[in-house]
Amino acid sequence: MSTLLATVGYSEAWWIQILKSLVIFIVGFSMVPLALMMDRKLLGRFQGRYGPNRVGPFGAMQPMADIFKLIAKEQFRPRTSVGFLFALAPGISILTACVSFAIVPFGNTVDIFGTQVGLYGIDPSIGVLFAFAFSAISVYGLMLGGWASGSKYSFLGAMRSAAQLISYEVSMGLSLVGVIITAGTLSLTGIVEAQAGSGIWYFIPQLAGFIVFMVAAFAETSRPPFDLPEADAELVAGYNTEYGGGRFASYYAAEYFHMIIASGIAVTMFFGGWLLPFGIDPPTWVDPIVVLVKITLVVAIFVWVRATLPRLRYDQLMSLGWKVLLPVATINILVTAILVVST
Amino acid sequence: MNVERWDPGADVVTVQRGPEPGGAGGLYRAFGETLRGLRTTFGRLVEGPITIQYPEEKVPVYPRFRGRHKLHRFEDTGLEKCVGCSLCAAACPADCIRVVAAENTPEERVSAGERYAAVYEINMSRCIFCGYCEVACPFDAITMGHDFELSDYNRTDLIFTKEMLLAEPLERTPLRTEDE
Repeated sequence: MSTLLATVGYSEAWWIQILKSLVIFIVGFSMVPLALMMDRKLLGRFQGRYGPNRVGPFGAMQPMADIFKLIAKEQFRPRTSVGFLFALAPGISILTACVSFAIVPFGNTVDIFGTQVGLYGIDPSIGVLFAFAFSAISVYGLMLGGWASGSKYSFLGAMRSAAQLISYEVSMGLSLVGVIITAGTLSLTGIVEAQAGSGIWYFIPQLAGFIVFMVAAFAETSRPPFDLPEADAELVAGYNTEYGGGRFASYYAAEYFHMIIASGIAVTMFFGGWLLPFGIDPPTWVDPIVVLVKITLVVAIFVWVRATLPRLRYDQLMSLGWKVLLPVATINILVTAILVVST
Repeated sequence: MNVERWDPGADVVTVQRGPEPGGAGGLYRAFGETLRGLRTTFGRLVEGPITIQYPEEKVPVYPRFRGRHKLHRFEDTGLEKCVGCSLCAAACPADCIRVVAAENTPEERVSAGERYAAVYEINMSRCIFCGYCEVACPFDAITMGHDFELSDYNRTDLIFTKEMLLAEPLERTPLRTEDE
């Protein structure tokens, strides 16, 4: 047991761990409808319209109405589907999304009523690799969902999604290596502290890495302009073609959850996590709010890009991932490594 | 023959072309155009929505808008203008007007003429709002109004009787002003 805990940056009592996982679960799942609402409202504003404003004050109850509608629907399963896997696949998607959220730090270790608590789920020494591991497992959720549906459209959609996710995961991982080299640590809290130490947030020295990360993050979360897994205007829905009701809601929530996690990682790696610019040093209880505000702003960038760019063709998607982003990320790593070693 | 060649002159617009796609120029162009696009959409965000929240706010109609019909009375005597001549029914291409005329008697005068419309019905589910009835009417007894909210749950409710057409509409449709 001690060897297992030794790999974690700071280990706490078991009851703190349980409380923290509950809090993270609740915070994460309250952010999903918020992101959904923000997506629809802000997208409306970018297109010169209001977005949903009928359900509740300012349309604030719209996500609740959507979720309730989906959950109240009949659980339908095609005759050709593989029952167990068909039900399991959305679970895998949502589970991996929740687990990845645990590593996003909302603040450093703080003293709450005499107990040292880290404002993050866990701070593993493998850091962001943890998120990539679970993002790789989430591809199983899509693949199993597409395959177990027993429908050729779902299967083709799953293949399409998997190819896209795997291609862009490479560039996404490599784009963060520059940050890791600069910070000299894999731990996400360590990276934020390194940014506090150097006095500059890493999106300035790592601008190329930041751009590659953001583009890859759009593709990883299947957001426009890389929403080929769904491509609502031109293709059958993709791996979730045969899904409806609560299972579809799980996939949908996982998609928005991935967007929040990608924003969280971007905030931690490039925008200094809970730090504030101009040397403002607020009390520690402000830290989670700072992180949440920054995550919201990055989600707004996701929506902004969605409102702006048209969808890529599939060959353009692949050539952008492999021929542009991957070389740029690799050169970025080389240059960063040379600069770090020589200075 | 001396045909003068047309000189396009100032009508010609020169198309500005960027570098061909592909290569470093294409990459630069793609990036620049992306930023330009982001600026454009952000401009829309700043401008604010242009949507009209329909049931609460309505688009004003033009004065010559052809909406729901109206039957008219003389303002001084209160007699109906319609004399039951059925010219509107004859002009109607959708055949949605039904007029049954009856004689005016000295005891009960309904219209200013010899006869009046005992039954005057317009089937709004058939009407195509062409305005021919208005044109055909020799006494300006029927005109097209400004109402366009005519939906109902039953087809039978869409057959408007004479009383309904003579009455003032329950809700006024806003009319466009001069400068709108």
